[in-house]
Amino acid sequence: MPRITVTVDGITYEEEVEPRLLLVHLLRERLGKTGTPVGCDTSNCGACTVMLDGKSVKSCSVLAVQADGGDVVTIEGLGAAGEMHPMQRAFHEEHALQCGYCTPGMVMAAIDLLREDPEPSEETIRQGLEGNLCRCTGYCNIVRAVRKGAQEMGQAVSTP
Amino acid sequence: MIPAQFDYERPTSLEQACQALASDEDAKVLAGGQSLLPLLRLRLAYPSKLVDVGRIAELKGVHDRGDHVFIGAMATHDEVLRSPVVRDGCPLVALAAAQVADPAIRHRGTFGGSLAHADPAGDLPAVALALEAVFVAASAQGEREIPAAAFFVDYWESALRQGEILTGVKVPKLGAGWGFHYEKFHRTAQAWAIVGVAAAVRRSNGSIAEARIGLTNMGATPVRARATEAALQGVELGDQVRQACEEAAADTSPPADLHAQPDYRRHLARVLTHRAVRTATASP
Repeated sequence: MPRITVTVDGITYEEEVEPRLLLVHLLRERLGKTGTPVGCDTSNCGACTVMLDGKSVKSCSVLAVQADGGDVVTIEGLGAAGEMHPMQRAFHEEHALQCGYCTPGMVMAAIDLLREDPEPSEETIRQGLEGNLCRCTGYCNIVRAVRKGAQEMGQAVSTP
Repeated sequence: MIPAQFDYERPTSLEQACQALASDEDAKVLAGGQSLLPLLRLRLAYPSKLVDVGRIAELKGVHDRGDHVFIGAMATHDEVLRSPVVRDGCPLVALAAAQVADPAIRHRGTFGGSLAHADPAGDLPAVALALEAVFVAASAQGEREIPAAAFFVDYWESALRQGEILTGVKVPKLGAGWGFHYEKFHRTAQAWAIVGVAAAVRRSNGSIAEARIGLTNMGATPVRARATEAALQGVELGDQVRQACEEAAADTSPPADLHAQPDYRRHLARVLTHRAVRTATASP
């Protein structure tokens, strides 16, 4: 069985994995990172979005063996010392969720779209989130939350 | 977990990859996996072995080669759409790559992978066909080049042989005077095109000197709208363009599926071709 080394939320793991094991199942079932849910399982819904080497990916569509040597950040790796990440807090404050199933992926995709555009327009946010489905909110509060999260992240960076 | 078991190899050179494929007729190439892994999840494919070409340096990157742009098979959609070489040399490729699926999938999915997958509903095959790109394939027997018109054989079937790997695609630079557009019609943000139209149009003194039009999802392979291409030649920009685009669905056999019937696809082809040509002629 292939042996892989992968860093998840700052901790390096060595695991023996079957080739058919998906990254999302490595995260949830081996490493206990159940903050990342499985939604559609076929790359449509985006609920399982994580960062792999700094870019958003749908972890149901990456084999664990493909992530060998990679650096993964999940929703559980965002906050520091018991504090929520500004984007998580913005989702909470703007009521950008109802059932919450899409939220981990939504937050990861939101942070990813800010890499290129730290002050995104509504249009940019909607395009950046086009791979993430929410069946509860109608997206309006999500878009508002991403703008607020972006502002607070900008301030977090600029404030010494 | 993917239901069926398979072996896995991750060669670091093209030569090793060709060997791994040649030795097992049920082996399949794993590029970015954004089409293949969902197929495995849905039990629609049962390869005995996946040959992961993701760590082969020769397959990566985008290169300016003078009269053409060479796009390495493992360049991701995200790399392609941001590449200044692509944007300058073959902007239609960048326009279409930006419309493939969604950002997370574009981070993993590859240019070569989606062409070798040969899905007529994919956005890039019609673009490669319209631009008359040339596909470069390698095997233990050496390298060969396949013109786009001969590469797409049938639904999900390309001209690649067992043991052959697509290493990259040569996309000719069309030079000054050409305008481009990719017009895609779909009902949800990251869905496949119900119909898509790739248009490259050369203008000269207020009329169309030459047009090349590739259609997405209008048959078992991407197809050229030859009748419209011919009808557009020499036409002044304006009403006659619309008339020429009425021929866009001629000689096509569009599929019937959950999203659309053939007659509706033919209608879309006409309307979208007109939009694509109009936008291409208006682009700088």
